[in-house]
Amino acid sequence: MELLNIQQIEKYYGSKSSLTKAIDDISFKVQEGEFVAIMGASGSGKTTLLNCISTIDRVTAGHIFLEQTDVTRLKGKALNQFRSEKLGFIFQDFNLLDTLTAYENIALALSIQKKPASEIDTAVRRVAGQLDISDVLEKYPYQMSGGQKQRVASARAIVTDPRLVLADEPTGALDSKSAKLLLERFRYLNTECGATIMMVTHDSFTASYAGRVIFIKDGRIFHEISRGSDSRKQFFDKIIDVVTLLGGDVSDAL
Amino acid sequence: MLCKLSIRNLRRSLRDFAVYFMTLVIGVSVFYVFNAIGGQAATLRLTQSQHEVIQLLDTVMSGTSVFVAGVLGLLIVYASRFLMKRRSKEFALYMLLGMGKGKISAILLIETILIGIGSLAVGLILGIGLSQLMSALVVNLFEADMKAYHFTVSGAAIVKTILYFAVMYLVVMVFNSVVITKMKLIDLIQTGRRSEQIRLKSPVLCVIVFLLAAGMLAFAYHQVSWQNVSLSRNEMLVYIAMGTAATFGIFWSVSGMLLRVMMSMKNVYHRGLNVFTIRQISSKINTMVFSMTIICLMLFVTICTLTSAFSIRNSMNANLQELCPADFLLAVDLTGSPDGSKPLTITERCDPTADAADYVDLCVYSDPAFTFADAFGDALAVLQEQYPFLQSEMPEQFVRVSDYNRLMRLYGGEMLTVNDGDFILLCDFKTMQTVRDMALQHGTEIHAFGQTLRPQYDCCKHGFIEMAAEHINIGLYVVQDAVLDGAAPVTEYFIGNFAGEDTEAAEARLHDLAAAADISGIQTRSEIYAAAIGLGAVVTFLGLYVGLVFLIACGAILALKELSESTDSAGRYELLRKLGADEKSLSQSLFRQTGSFFLLPLVLAALHSVFGMQYSVHFMEVFGMEHIAASITATSIILLAVYGGYFLATYLCSKGIIRERR
Repeated sequence: MELLNIQQIEKYYGSKSSLTKAIDDISFKVQEGEFVAIMGASGSGKTTLLNCISTIDRVTAGHIFLEQTDVTRLKGKALNQFRSEKLGFIFQDFNLLDTLTAYENIALALSIQKKPASEIDTAVRRVAGQLDISDVLEKYPYQMSGGQKQRVASARAIVTDPRLVLADEPTGALDSKSAKLLLERFRYLNTECGATIMMVTHDSFTASYAGRVIFIKDGRIFHEISRGSDSRKQFFDKIIDVVTLLGGDVSDAL
Repeated sequence: MLCKLSIRNLRRSLRDFAVYFMTLVIGVSVFYVFNAIGGQAATLRLTQSQHEVIQLLDTVMSGTSVFVAGVLGLLIVYASRFLMKRRSKEFALYMLLGMGKGKISAILLIETILIGIGSLAVGLILGIGLSQLMSALVVNLFEADMKAYHFTVSGAAIVKTILYFAVMYLVVMVFNSVVITKMKLIDLIQTGRRSEQIRLKSPVLCVIVFLLAAGMLAFAYHQVSWQNVSLSRNEMLVYIAMGTAATFGIFWSVSGMLLRVMMSMKNVYHRGLNVFTIRQISSKINTMVFSMTIICLMLFVTICTLTSAFSIRNSMNANLQELCPADFLLAVDLTGSPDGSKPLTITERCDPTADAADYVDLCVYSDPAFTFADAFGDALAVLQEQYPFLQSEMPEQFVRVSDYNRLMRLYGGEMLTVNDGDFILLCDFKTMQTVRDMALQHGTEIHAFGQTLRPQYDCCKHGFIEMAAEHINIGLYVVQDAVLDGAAPVTEYFIGNFAGEDTEAAEARLHDLAAAADISGIQTRSEIYAAAIGLGAVVTFLGLYVGLVFLIACGAILALKELSESTDSAGRYELLRKLGADEKSLSQSLFRQTGSFFLLPLVLAALHSVFGMQYSVHFMEVFGMEHIAASITATSIILLAVYGGYFLATYLCSKGIIRERR
């Protein structure tokens, strides 16, 4: 089933005299249960794209439909409710509240939705199990490792059963071992729990865990590859090939 | 170039500086207003005795100003150091670009000068405006003529304000330079990274400390409020120290306690943003236990000072009507000098009847064999322990009932009838009244002038002979005329009202007359009024001055701290927004945080005050504390205006800081 439908969106920055097209006519669709990675170099517009989908930023033109809702038209209360119920966020720098314990950080996402305390407790313990962080629930962010923090942040993102989980460079601040662990969990959430994940990254290894990779360059979609029945290693090699092209001139690639 | 940089800095960080600037302006204007009172009152049409009071007021204000300057100076240094810390990154950038420490100091110097000049200018203008209001208060207090009032500016007060604040700013400059020379680049750069760890306190320890502190406080409260009569100064200091320590303990442990309690109520804790709000409050309180303690104590002092000051003033004015029912009173001592010569009575010395419309001439008697100590017998030992200053060897005073009733006709008071073999005790000094009532309730008989007398009533009656501004009659026996036949008088009183309209001239003539006749005991209604109103005014202004400055200091410290917290937490609110929290609940959370931050020290200070005032009431009984409710109301209004103003400003500024940036 089609979950996300992005229709010819554009995003301009700056004034008339010096216009920057961060996103220049991008369209694609994401099916329910997909794990999509968006790749591109710094300044390619991938984070802007994510911000627009997540309603943090507004598009200049075009439409974004999540299920039947046009998120570009949401405002005020409806917007907050949409974010809280339909989306889950994972950030590069974790963005955990340092005054709260891991448990409370995860629970906060539910209590904002005004869920009763009993329901909150079961839900928190369930996702903690899925993300293997049950033993750090009573710890504060400063007492945890980077990998643990990011898994807590991921737990917070999925505890509300969002339609779409948006991750912005989730492995950017992690060492390779923690990154691998986190990505294993992502795959688990995707395959076992049916979560739809959209992840922005510039790291080929990270992208290789996804089922589909969309490459963006200068605000446009440059290429798109699906994993199909490839092993992760094979898929990784394919990604590397595209990245190599991506680094070169456009005329070389085509 | 440096100048430009300084101005730019000020403009850019206007929000950070706003509270600082506002505090300076209020400080300057308060300082000016209270130092200008003397000069302002001088322009009013006042009597000679009122002018003397104004001079006293001026002296008291100058003395207090030194203290106030000290408090404001500390506040300014604190605030500027606080702002310096917030700018570490900026300084780091300057240093990275190769700017010398001397130049950074120069930038700060220019900034301080700019802020100083600005705050002085705005503060003085505001002060001159406010002092016109103050003049109205002066006119009201001295019951002077409002028509004589005109717009005034006190040059002396302006010069004084500028001088004092110049010194304070100089101290700040020196302080800033010292801080700059001690700065290290690496520390400055790293301050941005919030490595501030939440020092976790063991919940068990928190509960223990909290209970201990609460117990200590309860004990101190009990001692101060209910055992106060026997407190010595040293004991009082011990209880004050205990109270201070307990206050610190409570602030140290309260957040841990609160957290524990809230966490146990899962349904409340995990509702909406409560988790976030409670955690924020608890971490804020945890990081400023010491400041909270100081603020709480300062608020406590403020509440007590203001309430006491207003009470004293209110009761003085109210008592005057009741306690000064006649125009003048002359008194001479008739006990005679050691050489045996018999002193002359008033009418033998002069003729005070010339200006008097109606008058009473009466004598008070005493039996050397019947002293204060005799009236109490065994109870005396207890009494002396509580009131070590009592002169128990003083003979008790007696008056004939017919004389007293004549006086009451003049005073318009209650006439008395004394039964055979009885006496009536008059006393209105509250503490003494309590003590004397005890003796009367036991029906203790007295033996004086060769007779045995019983108390007619089981309590003291209100009444007095000597006029005063307060209730100061410590005891006077009214007996049947025959009892005092043949007794030697100790004091003669001549009390009357002036004839004619021009009481001022009559008063002057009476003074001349008394001086010529060597009568030192002279009181007139207008003098008592002036003294009482003057004392009331001095106390009121003193209370207002110190109270306002303390309130400003408390408000400013809390506001600065809260605003910087909000700046640091802006990212957290942004995250909550991303998680789907709506603006209303974010504002509500902020309101609760700011509210509890301001309310907590106030609540504890109010609690302190409730018990502290018990002691004050006892201590200041002589002035009468009958109008305490009105005083508390007035205090609350001032508190609400200043402290509440800071709260509101802080909340609104914080709201601006955490507002979504788009």
